[in-house]
Amino acid sequence: MAERSFVSEVKKLDVPAGEVFRGEGILAITKALLESGVGYVGGYQGAPISHLMDVLADAEGLLDSLGVRFEANASEAAATAMLAASVSYPIRGAVTYKSVVGTNVASDALANLASSGVKGGALIILGEDYGEGSSILQERSHAFAMKSQVWLLDPRPNLPSMVQAVHDGFELSEASNTPVMLELRIRACHVTGSFVTRENKRPPLTVREALSDPQRDTSRIVLPPALFHHEQEKVHDRLPRARAFIRDKGLNEVFGPDTADVGIVCQGGMYNGVIRALQRLGLASVTGETDIPIYVLNVTYPLLDDEFLAFCKGKSSVLMVEEGQPNYIEQAFSTTLYKSEAKTRLYGKEYLPEAGEYTGGVLLDGLTGFMRAHAPDMLRDGDRAPNESDPGELPEELTKLIPQRPPGFCTGCPERPVFAAMKLVEEELGTHQITGDIGCHLFSTMPPFNIGGTTMGFGLGPASNGAFDGGGEKRPISVMGDGGFWHNGLTSSIGNAVFNQSEGVVMLVDNYYSAATGGQDILSSRAENPKRSTNNSIEGALKGIGVKWVRSIDRTYDVGRMRDTLKEALTTETTGPKVIVASSECMLNRQRRERPQRNAAIKSGERVAVPRFGVDEATCTGDHACMRLSGCPSLGLKETKDPLRDDPVAHIDESCVGCGNCGEVADAAILCPSFYQVDVIHNPGKLENWWSRLTGRIIARMQTRRSARRIELETA
Amino acid sequence: MSLDLTQLDPKPATANDGGIIKMAILAVGGQGGGVLTDWITSLAEANGYVAQSTSVPGVAQRTGATIYYVEMMPDPGVVPIFSLTPAPGDVDIVVASEIMEAGRAVTRGFVTDDRTHVVASSHRIYAVSEKTVPGDGILASDPVVERVNKAARAFTCLDLQDIAVKRASHISASMFGALAGSGALPFERASFEDTIRASGRGVDASLAAFADAFDASQSAQEPAEDTAPADDTPKRALHVPARQKQAWDALAARLSELPEGAREMGLHGLEKVVDFQDTAYGHEYLDLLTRTAGDDTALARALAKHLANAMCYDDVIKVADHKTRGRRAEGVRRHMGVTETDVIQVTEYMHPRAEEVIGLMPTGVARRVAASKRGTALVERMFAKGRRWRSDRLGPFLLLSTLASLRPVRRRLYRHAQEIAHRDAWLARIERLAKTNPPLAIETANARRLIKGYSDTFERGQTKFDIVMTGIDMVAERDDGAEWARRLVTAATNDVSAEPVEGVVATIRSFAE
Repeated sequence: MAERSFVSEVKKLDVPAGEVFRGEGILAITKALLESGVGYVGGYQGAPISHLMDVLADAEGLLDSLGVRFEANASEAAATAMLAASVSYPIRGAVTYKSVVGTNVASDALANLASSGVKGGALIILGEDYGEGSSILQERSHAFAMKSQVWLLDPRPNLPSMVQAVHDGFELSEASNTPVMLELRIRACHVTGSFVTRENKRPPLTVREALSDPQRDTSRIVLPPALFHHEQEKVHDRLPRARAFIRDKGLNEVFGPDTADVGIVCQGGMYNGVIRALQRLGLASVTGETDIPIYVLNVTYPLLDDEFLAFCKGKSSVLMVEEGQPNYIEQAFSTTLYKSEAKTRLYGKEYLPEAGEYTGGVLLDGLTGFMRAHAPDMLRDGDRAPNESDPGELPEELTKLIPQRPPGFCTGCPERPVFAAMKLVEEELGTHQITGDIGCHLFSTMPPFNIGGTTMGFGLGPASNGAFDGGGEKRPISVMGDGGFWHNGLTSSIGNAVFNQSEGVVMLVDNYYSAATGGQDILSSRAENPKRSTNNSIEGALKGIGVKWVRSIDRTYDVGRMRDTLKEALTTETTGPKVIVASSECMLNRQRRERPQRNAAIKSGERVAVPRFGVDEATCTGDHACMRLSGCPSLGLKETKDPLRDDPVAHIDESCVGCGNCGEVADAAILCPSFYQVDVIHNPGKLENWWSRLTGRIIARMQTRRSARRIELETA
Repeated sequence: MSLDLTQLDPKPATANDGGIIKMAILAVGGQGGGVLTDWITSLAEANGYVAQSTSVPGVAQRTGATIYYVEMMPDPGVVPIFSLTPAPGDVDIVVASEIMEAGRAVTRGFVTDDRTHVVASSHRIYAVSEKTVPGDGILASDPVVERVNKAARAFTCLDLQDIAVKRASHISASMFGALAGSGALPFERASFEDTIRASGRGVDASLAAFADAFDASQSAQEPAEDTAPADDTPKRALHVPARQKQAWDALAARLSELPEGAREMGLHGLEKVVDFQDTAYGHEYLDLLTRTAGDDTALARALAKHLANAMCYDDVIKVADHKTRGRRAEGVRRHMGVTETDVIQVTEYMHPRAEEVIGLMPTGVARRVAASKRGTALVERMFAKGRRWRSDRLGPFLLLSTLASLRPVRRRLYRHAQEIAHRDAWLARIERLAKTNPPLAIETANARRLIKGYSDTFERGQTKFDIVMTGIDMVAERDDGAEWARRLVTAATNDVSAEPVEGVVATIRSFAE
């Protein structure tokens, strides 16, 4: 069950032609896929930035009715490999992944796919996770397009342009027998807007029909001598056809006056930001009428030299707005200008930063600098002179007054006790060499746990301890999630460790879902999923691949057991990798699943116990040792009104879900007796009610009697 | 500000943006910023505006700081070009669902006094970095409020979390209400409410929170004087049974022996030690206090506080006593928001170690057990596991009550002997310093705050306390001794490890020798 449900939104995907469709970018893309007669779709579902796979999964009924196959691929490599269907058959296929990490994973398949070339249109939708809020390494996808000779679309970030890019992308792919990548930046995926729909189309040839009549073409197989032919074909045949298509269909756009002394060239995705900067400089209107000509590259690879030169004609200076490093486009166009002996000067990274996201402020600064130097007459007086309004010292002052707020584990997260246990073991046995992986568990590297040193890639946590496989005085520890395990970790990490007789310890954190990416089901999910095979055992897979020492803990909140098991793994005589499977359901998903059920049960009069934790202010001494082993959002601080106290005490707010971690940690770490758990019993039985009242009365009487005989201070 | 006003362009920089309203919503992941953003775009569209929202989903929403961005304008007939990110100096409305996030908006340049209306909740969600400090790591919000107010054109600031919780709703509803009430958007109240209704979930609670926030924000265009949530928990009160009234009064009368400026703190301390033990213990407290502090007001005040804390050490009896009090049971129900007739089960998580158990033995016996390896090992084995006691059940309640009833004999128990020895050594040092270096005597009293907690934490505190005392002894003769003592205590409270405070001692040693 995914974190975001698009069930209500996907109903919109069925609207007839000519309607105005309102919604998010990813829904528009999905609609465009259906309109373009796509035959199969897929992708790696853990592409959290786009949610595209969640939309597709929720739209599966509609896809079925159109004869469109939907596959939740194990990885981006698998997704790209699936596009092989378009190599042999005239069927359109689309897959989605997060870039650049997904592109990296896919690149072997991508290179082979590009070499073979495609008959049916093949579209790869890249959810570009670059800039603010990103959780991945920062690189450009552009290089992949260049080195594999596939085409890269970068449409303007509005719904009509994005929808059009899907249609154009398929046609371009078919016109040039080349896969096409469609790059959508994170905010474009979720931008809201509207466009006019076309009719959904059944694929002219479905994958089921194709299966009845298998085709093969040896010239498309990546083997000598065909592969040498592919290389020539890519450059001498497919590339010219692609350029012709882009030129003829006018995929790139030019805005603004026909003549001007200066101009701007930008990636399609940068267009809105460029217009906003021009608006602020008084050079463009709200609706985009601009005084400065803009050449918008909706296709950023390949480039069209003639189109570019035509744009430059008569201009003395042109600014290239190209986000990221290296500046491939600027370099290419510089060469173009040089070889054509044109007089126009091209600028780019002189005015804009070499690295980092081109946000509003960055673009305004860059464009202002360029205009001041090359067309100062077009600027208003205030923009021409270098006297930007000074924000004063307030921002800097405030930086010192506010705390950093990095992401961390959610309230009640089952991974918190895993790392609390690791912390406790660390206190006892000293620090260890620890590697992390990709996933929620990577939050352990941040306070309060500060555990783990590196993260090399999805499913590669244990593999990144490979150098230490021989063991030593201490054993290396690695962490990997269930998502990473099935994505790649089973072979690359576990198989690797078994084969090399690793002495390391693997903490396999199983939260029943691909949780960090939005809670999608995976092979070992415990839910029954009618469309997928779930409930496949991680332990079985481990044993099958040859791990001798496996311990499964089915309640991670048992901190004492977690700690003891980890200690055993670090000290046991057994050779080979030691794998602990620490399983408990992702609390976000669990709450989403259980809360409605619980509320319904309470409503219908069933007996339900709802747990929550509290802290006794009177016995809490305000040392906060519990928080150094938790970081739970619901466990916070409370300033006491007690004049005898200097420090705030621990406090648990109403968002507590009663996971039990606080009590378990207090117990295992022998912290303090301040934590208590309250189970509120809804709809208690008659006997229970009577008995509870009776004991309550007896206890209350004893308490009153005791209070009456002593001096008692009540503090709050 | 070093702004040359004479060179400013008369036209505002935004002259050509044609009436786009730009809104940045800063939230802490998990606060429901997405719901609020959806409401705002729906509201705009319902009022004939075109609107666009963007967000960055994913891990940033897992409790980290996150930003949503909305642009809107009256439909110009042609599709406007909206930006996907907020830009410094170009934001009309900032909505922050926690006060530090409002501060963050200023640091990012989104708040400018020419145009930005900030609507913020004054409540705090403490960051992990604030929570993990062993002492008081809370960053003050007042200086932030003050600076946001200075940076903004208008500032609506009130505790929207409190309003939401009181209505069993969510902060997105009260934020929406405050936004409506602030008048920052050109839409009618009814239209806001229709938006909530149309969204269809938890409508009644949302509307109630919306209405409260709307009303409150009308009178909160300036930052409120007191933004703290209304306090419905009982204040400090001492309950004295009639039979002990005389004894208490006699004891309280002795407060006049203290310098006047220390009497209030003395009363607080006295109440605490009498609650902990009995009136005789109260006399002991006052005896020690007057003897050690003499007529030094500042010292008496500091010592009144720390001596009370030292004498009310956290032993098994104190914990059991507290857990079985009637008033505590009431507090638990209040905290959980349940009434007296609701059925609840209360599980106490306790893990006394061998040390605590031995501390509960009479001094002579305890010394013998502590000295014998087999005895300690036996107790350790018996208490290796934590206890989970259902204090709402008769059995565990009686057990805890029995432990609590050991109070009268507490002074004959081993733990008391240990505490007294430690206390008296500390007092002797203060008494000595009071004669030669009074400011340092006060800091030595203040250093007592280092001792707190249970088990490891308690021991860590004692270790750090001992290190601080070593340092204090080295600066006993110096005029800036108190200054160094303060540094020692700060270094010890702000970090879990003893390393920083050891560092300060090393520094002292470098010049003291």
